[in-house]
Amino acid sequence: MLQSAERVTGLQRVNDFVVKFANVNGSGSASANALFARAILRMGVPVTPRNIFPSNIQGLPTWYEVRVSEAGHLGARGGGVDLMVAMNPQTWTQDIASIVAGGYLFYDSTKPMPPSKFRDDIVVIGVPLTEITNKAYSDSRQRQLFKNIVYLGVLSALLEMDVSEIEKLLAEQFRGRDKLVAANVQALHMGRDYAQKNLDCPIGLTLRRADAVGDRIFIEGNAAAALGAVYGGATVCAWYPITPSSSLAEAFTRYCNRYRVDPETKQNKFAIIQAEDELASIGMVIGAAWNGARAFTATSGPGISLMQEFVGLAYFAEIPAVIFDVQRSGPSTGMPTRTQQTDILSCAYASHGDTKHVLLFPEDPFECFEFGALSFDLADRLQTPIFVMLDLEIGMNDRLSKPLVWDDDRKMDRGKVMTAAELEAGKDFGRYLDVDGDGIPYRTYPGTHPTRGAFFTRGTSKDRRARYSEEGPDYAENMLRLLKKFETAKQLVPRPVARPAQQATRLGAIYFGSTSPAMNEAEQMLGERGIHLDLLRVRGFPFHTDVKSFISEHDQVFVVEQNRDGQLRTLLVNELEIDPAKLTRVLHFDGTPITARFITDAIADNVDSLKIVPLRKAVP
Amino acid sequence: MTFLPKPKLHHPSLATNSLGYTRRDYEGAVSTLCAGCGHDSISAAIVRACFNLELPPHRIAKLSGIGCSSKTPTYFLGASHGFNSVHGRMPSVVTGANLANRDLVYLGVSGDGDSASIGIGQFAHVMRRGVNMTYIVENNGVYGLTKGQFSATSDRGAKSRRGVVNNDAAIDLIAMALQLGATFVARSFSGDKEQLVPLIEAALKHEGAAFIDCISPCVAFNNHEGSHTSFDYVREHNLAVNYLDVIAGREPITVQYAEGAVETVKQHDGSVLRLRRLANDYDVHDRIAAMTYLQERHAAGEIVTGLLYVDPEPDDLHHHMNTVATPFNELDETALCPGATALEKLNASLR
Repeated sequence: MLQSAERVTGLQRVNDFVVKFANVNGSGSASANALFARAILRMGVPVTPRNIFPSNIQGLPTWYEVRVSEAGHLGARGGGVDLMVAMNPQTWTQDIASIVAGGYLFYDSTKPMPPSKFRDDIVVIGVPLTEITNKAYSDSRQRQLFKNIVYLGVLSALLEMDVSEIEKLLAEQFRGRDKLVAANVQALHMGRDYAQKNLDCPIGLTLRRADAVGDRIFIEGNAAAALGAVYGGATVCAWYPITPSSSLAEAFTRYCNRYRVDPETKQNKFAIIQAEDELASIGMVIGAAWNGARAFTATSGPGISLMQEFVGLAYFAEIPAVIFDVQRSGPSTGMPTRTQQTDILSCAYASHGDTKHVLLFPEDPFECFEFGALSFDLADRLQTPIFVMLDLEIGMNDRLSKPLVWDDDRKMDRGKVMTAAELEAGKDFGRYLDVDGDGIPYRTYPGTHPTRGAFFTRGTSKDRRARYSEEGPDYAENMLRLLKKFETAKQLVPRPVARPAQQATRLGAIYFGSTSPAMNEAEQMLGERGIHLDLLRVRGFPFHTDVKSFISEHDQVFVVEQNRDGQLRTLLVNELEIDPAKLTRVLHFDGTPITARFITDAIADNVDSLKIVPLRKAVP
Repeated sequence: MTFLPKPKLHHPSLATNSLGYTRRDYEGAVSTLCAGCGHDSISAAIVRACFNLELPPHRIAKLSGIGCSSKTPTYFLGASHGFNSVHGRMPSVVTGANLANRDLVYLGVSGDGDSASIGIGQFAHVMRRGVNMTYIVENNGVYGLTKGQFSATSDRGAKSRRGVVNNDAAIDLIAMALQLGATFVARSFSGDKEQLVPLIEAALKHEGAAFIDCISPCVAFNNHEGSHTSFDYVREHNLAVNYLDVIAGREPITVQYAEGAVETVKQHDGSVLRLRRLANDYDVHDRIAAMTYLQERHAAGEIVTGLLYVDPEPDDLHHHMNTVATPFNELDETALCPGATALEKLNASLR
């Protein structure tokens, strides 16, 4: 029954709305919610789901927000929810409050609720889910799990979903377990039949089959990055569990078991160590890379802090290392399950002494894979740590992405490694000699040649032939060569991507990483309001010369980031010697993903203020 | 320390091993440690052990942390790759290095500050993982480079050179190594070459985590009356339970031993350890008994030295991880990259 149908006309939207599920952590809702999102994808309509979850195993509230957008907007929309599936009494009040006027509330009506608990500007849909499942099942776990499938069935009727897509997905998910498939399909129809019999179906929000997904895939950034490490030839992974990066190491384990077990001997072409802490993880990575294997670790902010000393050693001793940093909000007792871009400065300038590091900023799973593989080439080529900067938003949510591609002709770039044959032929070897003028010296792997090419690895007390030296000129020469190497890196990191505005403009915006979809949508929304922006997506640090040109070509550049301090902006000012007045901060840092509406409002407000003509000039 | 460079020439009749190397080929740069430092004797013992075992120097990787002991890899095995890493973190670097290339011999050198204080976590975990390496702690009970602070292996009641008494209980790395599952555990004294050299040889031949705690007096800061790691104190309180000879598999056994006093231990790689027992009731295969015995003798004020525990058929990390025989650093794209077809299949499963 639609309790308030007489009074409220619900929103009318096709293939363009936001559904949010409010659940209790550990209640088994995640798989039903994922089925909901995937079924819509199978109908050819783009969706972007987001897990909003607590640092908890069981009991605390958790949300799953699904944005349905045939237009293909993948960023968080912001501005409330069109349909709330409220399954958690604990968060009832805030959930009800988050529904937009004219939106819909779907709840379990088994226990009657006083009218004061509802709003009169929304459409309320009550289904006695507990009563239905208690009648159908006797086992308490079954009652709980199937309740999720029953509400999925109700939703399929309310939104006019193609129920056969859900059935197909269930069959794929439980392949070979026919009884389980049948039980789930039965629960699904229990909900669907109830809705069709008792409710006005469909509601104003409906799904219609479309052709807007194409050949895109649905994958988490962490999994894509792990796959990039497999394709990039990583053999050693050392890690310490930390949200939101753990699933990267776990995905690497899964893919290695699939792709890296020798079919004949059943032996592993990989080693994955869960280390005692982050210090040990990075130490193992450095040891393995020093000895010629490709190695990486995955971590988050607090882990980056713990790795600082080793990262410095790797920089000075010039040892390749790949560090996937899946960024989150603040320290371990902070908001570890919320997203942010807050490690930019702590990675760019990580460690003691004069250091600078190469950073890569993937925007989505496609680039997580790309940069994941590329990072190992860069680490070997530049003989230095490479940070791949993901965040929780890209890392831990399934995201629609271009299919991953690989060219079978692609070879690993192992960089400048002198071989036994070259040493035997008398090629001069000096570990820190800049023979090619690019600041990158040659190295040898331990054990290469009986009498040539051995060297002692230290931090900085060395000369260019790796002999012990505490002489000032030796130190200074080495430090300048490292700077030259960093210049070389500018040409090797991915170039920024420009997206010029529809018409000529003096305004620009710089952004990176997971901000991408929201920025693209915001650019459209601003365009509709007559504000045109040229966009530049930064994909790597050190900054390519394109970045400086972009800034100098515009009067005002907005730097859009998901942190409090404008960390990328600081890096731009510091490294490119930009006048800070030229760079306007657009900062979103409450732990939720940045939205197009937020960016649009922030920029529009600023542009309007720019248009104000100073009084002295206005009055002649 | 001496300031004279090492002469490159050597006596023409200097003995060579079967690889054609003389002992000089296993040496390193001139030591910059204090004259008389116990650590230099350990470096000499390492040189002698590697020469005796006929190890190709370039197939050894020597790694260390930070401190006086960790400086020593510069002073031996000049033809080997070396890595002076981070304070207390040598074990993780060796673990990674060992995973990358299982075919090299790994020698980790550390000190009591490096391993018992800042690096105690990594020490513990490298032992429990069974990384195939020889881990030598050059144990002098003090921080030398920072001028004589107590280390965590100093006995309670030991006196510093300035007369300060250590009130903290000592950490016994041997007891920890035994408890954590190290498969070769020994203690020795830098002043006892006859015991130390064969122990290093046996440890290098051991295909698992081998730990040697080597008491090595610090002549600058911890060799005075009241110190528990001075030359005099250690000589006086040393209780050697055995001495050993290491015989590579192919050599005929010519040495004669008094009956009953010798035990033969065959290691996994074929090398044979001949243990000359001094304490007849000491069993090198009984981990629990070793732990009890060491505690008892420690309570009695004695420093037990010798081979304390050995598992002749040890497991190592590569065994646990079921890794391929080819070193990881030799695997190329063909071996490692699943290729485009596999990726297309994966893409299809993600729609």
